[in-house]
Amino acid sequence: MATAGSLIHARGLVKRFGSFEAVRGVDVDIAPGESFGFLGPNGAGKSSTMRMVSCLSPRSGGELRVLGMDPDTDGPRIRARLGVVPQQDNLDVELTVRENLQVYGRYFGLSRAAVRERAGELMEFAQLTDRADAKVEPLSGGMKRRLTIARALVNDPEVLLLDEPTTGLDPQARHVLWDRLFRLKQQGVTLIVTTHYMDEAEQLCDRLVVMDGGRIAAEGSPSELIRRYSTREVLELRFPFGRVADHTEVAARLAERVEVLPDRLLLYTDNGDAALAAAHEAGLRPVSGLVRRSTLEDVFLRLTGRSLVD
Amino acid sequence: MTTDVPTREVPPPPPSRGTVLRILPPGLYAGRASALLERAFVANRRAWLALLSGFFEPLFYLLSLGVGFGALVGQVVGPGGEPIDYAAFIAPGLLAASAMNGAVYDATFNIFFKLRHAKLYDAVLATPLGPLDVAIAEISWALLRGGAYATGFLAVMFGMGLLTSPWALLALPAALLVSLAFAAVGMACTTFIRSTQDFDFVQLAILPMFLFSTTFYPIDVYPGGLRVLIECLPLYHGVELMRALSTGAVHWGLLGHVAYFLVMAAVGLWVATRRLGTLLLR
Repeated sequence: MATAGSLIHARGLVKRFGSFEAVRGVDVDIAPGESFGFLGPNGAGKSSTMRMVSCLSPRSGGELRVLGMDPDTDGPRIRARLGVVPQQDNLDVELTVRENLQVYGRYFGLSRAAVRERAGELMEFAQLTDRADAKVEPLSGGMKRRLTIARALVNDPEVLLLDEPTTGLDPQARHVLWDRLFRLKQQGVTLIVTTHYMDEAEQLCDRLVVMDGGRIAAEGSPSELIRRYSTREVLELRFPFGRVADHTEVAARLAERVEVLPDRLLLYTDNGDAALAAAHEAGLRPVSGLVRRSTLEDVFLRLTGRSLVD
Repeated sequence: MTTDVPTREVPPPPPSRGTVLRILPPGLYAGRASALLERAFVANRRAWLALLSGFFEPLFYLLSLGVGFGALVGQVVGPGGEPIDYAAFIAPGLLAASAMNGAVYDATFNIFFKLRHAKLYDAVLATPLGPLDVAIAEISWALLRGGAYATGFLAVMFGMGLLTSPWALLALPAALLVSLAFAAVGMACTTFIRSTQDFDFVQLAILPMFLFSTTFYPIDVYPGGLRVLIECLPLYHGVELMRALSTGAVHWGLLGHVAYFLVMAAVGLWVATRRLGTLLLR
């Protein structure tokens, strides 16, 4: 792993709130141009890590360099080169869409002429040009999110930090947003994303870490992680609620590994169809049987014994 | 759908910190408070009518008590010992109160909304700006609001012939100083406010101070102990300062009032900055 050219470099990073340890020793290196993800359930320490990297929260311990500088002493200089998209939109509700972009650009010291031009471009990018002079409050969730992302781009940041960028959005709004983020990625902007959606992580991230309980449980590209921690295919056998446990013993003989969920069994195997046939042969009569590819959700289940989204 | 974000103008790095600011903890100040002050102007551009309303409160007091009630009172002894109209006696007190009110309303209600509900400062602190930039900008805006009310009221006083000395010219900077001090302390207090119910305490502090800080009668109506208590109140110092300036009863002791407000402003700014950091940069 490259350390010299890292945009973000953390060793043993710790965040404590009183006696509670939210982040318990995170090591991470993020290279320029990379799309990096923190995947984990709520409370895993993703947001606390992001806030420390964004220079919005002082670290309680460990080493942290952002753009080669120390957030404790160079906060303003680092933030001048970052774009931050917080978990909850905090757009300026007293201003219009256009004013939100212009005023935010002024916080970065851009000239009035520059922010005027920039606001126009960013509204195009966020597909909000026709709402330029509307207040922020009546915008849809997806529009607000796009505006928050556009606002974070006003200073042409080298790193864009997105904390749960699509949480709470409908599927269509999520895809529009992913499309915009993908565009930025292609332009060479370094993206750092936290998410508890595995599909989002698979869509956006070249490399990710799985976080749980304030620690990093695994690291790699999505396909690497799946190869390492899961099988090629998964057979899902659905049973009536409450009857799942009756069949675990039989199922365990048919696959490398079995996970028991409230309504179904997950059989990890490299050949799902063969396992399904074998299940029928062994006398299992599931309500339905489905063969699919492994996802990051399976990786997470393997690593932590829990689902990502409950 | 094919618009790319061009990468062009690189924003300037925050200005380097001057000698004085090097003693501050790093990250507190980017020297760019003016950008947030500019935001206040943009945000209030459409709300100037609502802002205007604050000007009328002291004016109504002046008309009711100074002119109406004043007809019963007649003349009273001014700060220099000479007799003056009752309206001329209370008008400087109301001037100080209007400087206080404008600043306090903005620094409490408005800042509370932006701090706790709109999360404005969370967004601002993700830019180079630090808590001291936020405190300076918001206190400046509250000060300007208080100062604007005071200016309007001063013009009314002038129109009604209630300014009897050229020293009254200094009443404007004095009103700005009073606004500054109340804005700073108001903002500092706001960082401790947890819910809108706590605003009752703000009212509980402001109203008695308005009524009892020698706004409507001289300090010598109070017996010894109570008098010391009144002399500790900030508005008392504002009222005395304004009354001395508008009537020309100027003496070196007025610098004591000025010092009181300078200390108040400095403490308020410091507490507000520290508290913003504690609340938002956790």
